Amino acid sequence: MKSFLDISKIDVTFPTPKGEFTALKEVDLQIQKGEFVSLIGHSGCGKSTVLNVIAGLVQAKNGGVILNQREVNEPGPERAVVFQNHSLLPWLTAYQNVELAVKQVFGKSKSPAETKEWIEHNLKLVYMDHAMQKRPDEMSGGMKQRIGIARALAMQPEVLLMDEPFGALDALTRAHLQDSLMEIQDELKNTVVMITHDVDEAVLLSDRIVMMTNGPAATVGEILDVDLPRPRDRLALANDPHYNHLRSEVLTFLYEKQAKVQPVKAKKKPSVVSTNSHVA
Amino acid sequence: MNALIQRFTGAAESGESLPLQALAILKQVALPVLGIAAFLLLWGLLAKQVDTSLGSFPGPASVAEQVKNLYQEHVAERAKADAFYERQEKRNADRVAKDPNYVPKVRAYTGKETFLDQIGTSLVTVMSGFLLAASFAIPLGIAVGLSKPLNEAINPIIQIFKPVSPLAWLPLVTMVVSALYVSDDPFFAKSFVNSVITVMLCCIWPMVINTSIGVSSVNSDWVNVGKVLRLSPLKNIQKIVLPASIPAIFTGMRMSLGIAWMVLIAAEMLAQNPGLGKFIWDEFQNGSSSSLSRIMTAVLVIGVIGFLLDRGMLMIQRWVSWDKSQAAR
Repeated sequence: MKSFLDISKIDVTFPTPKGEFTALKEVDLQIQKGEFVSLIGHSGCGKSTVLNVIAGLVQAKNGGVILNQREVNEPGPERAVVFQNHSLLPWLTAYQNVELAVKQVFGKSKSPAETKEWIEHNLKLVYMDHAMQKRPDEMSGGMKQRIGIARALAMQPEVLLMDEPFGALDALTRAHLQDSLMEIQDELKNTVVMITHDVDEAVLLSDRIVMMTNGPAATVGEILDVDLPRPRDRLALANDPHYNHLRSEVLTFLYEKQAKVQPVKAKKKPSVVSTNSHVA
Repeated sequence: MNALIQRFTGAAESGESLPLQALAILKQVALPVLGIAAFLLLWGLLAKQVDTSLGSFPGPASVAEQVKNLYQEHVAERAKADAFYERQEKRNADRVAKDPNYVPKVRAYTGKETFLDQIGTSLVTVMSGFLLAASFAIPLGIAVGLSKPLNEAINPIIQIFKPVSPLAWLPLVTMVVSALYVSDDPFFAKSFVNSVITVMLCCIWPMVINTSIGVSSVNSDWVNVGKVLRLSPLKNIQKIVLPASIPAIFTGMRMSLGIAWMVLIAAEMLAQNPGLGKFIWDEFQNGSSSSLSRIMTAVLVIGVIGFLLDRGMLMIQRWVSWDKSQAAR
């Protein structure tokens, strides 16, 4: 099977004073064009490392990543990243932050007028055209994250990588941004890999949810297909039995099979804890 | 002053009651005034107790008198200079009228520098040394901050030269300058060059250190943005590294300017550069009854100028830097 983004059996180790630490072991994942895939797992399980390998910011020790039949070994704008802490440059306005990316990616292939239009188009997409001349320190967390998304989208990436993009936001702002992201996704049909630790977010947004085992030597535990029809409406889904079933599948994986304190063996021998108490 | 205005407007906007506002103003204005008044009183009382061979130590009153004197001397000297140029012009005009082939000679006025001239010289000298140092130190700091091997190679040298006093450098600088800077009609006086180089040698280090720290500790998210965008090394410095380290660079520049101003006075004393340092030295050698009060005046002027230089840098930092919280310190 030829997939668009092929993460094939990657191992990642980090040197530590006590010797090598194996963060990821044989992580294997194939993603199709236009697919929205979430990686979920407990903190410290190495999901960000997977994203960084795809982004080219971290090198795998074994295995590799192939995007659109080309091997990935350094960062590049065709794999735009939306970082958790927005990572906007604070000395530039929203417009200039996007402009830096657009000028770098498209260079002379866009005329000044086209460049301007493209920047404004992407800021409109995230509903930030009113704040183009604002600097990051004049914006709320949600606004900054929107600009971060606009900057990534403006690079017209082959894959959009999002590292817990809404993790630092309050619940209401997060919901707004998730809705915006779904809307944009309906229109642009980007291939997206998103890291999250939020079960609802994963089920609501994804086509597939990749559940990772706990580290060290974390790997792909289970993959869940989310076959809910689009467009999805968070209110209608709240009472949808299938949605709730998918949600409980993820919860079961995270809190029962991969409960943080238990050894990895627990995956094969489910614990005796009742399903009702796992959320606590 | 700004803080004061903010205090006023802030209090008015928040609708604080009048007594509270008054209290705030009192704190802002009255306490510093009280402090200065107490200092003047103490100074005045203690100064009288100290007798030197040049009379008693100058108190506030004699300093105030010298401020007036020094200003009047300046005005008188300027009047003399104007009169000199007027006479010269008239004389030349007369000779040209008698003999049309005569090429008029224009000579500069060579009266002695006044106190205000010396302040001007000191400021020019310190800024020259400081800017020269900055033009070396900031690029060097960026290079050192970007390259770990370079940092490790250069760091010991920086650490050794950083604590060296300007007075230690000056004899060496003097000899090297007189050996290398040979010209019949030098554009800069040797004393000026000596002072500038000494100032430069002393204020280069804080800028190198702070710039390199700023550059090497750029937020890793921003570094990653540069990587994802595949910025070229030069563009990376221009678009990310340099703006990100502006606050640290300015911290270094402010430290350096403070050091430069302190070093300058010592350098001028020894190098005989016609600035404030030379003024103090000359007054000391002069040993008249007014010498001590004139030196004390210079001491206060040096303090005020040093303070204004620092405020000036702070204002430039606020204007240039994106990080307003850092600039407020």
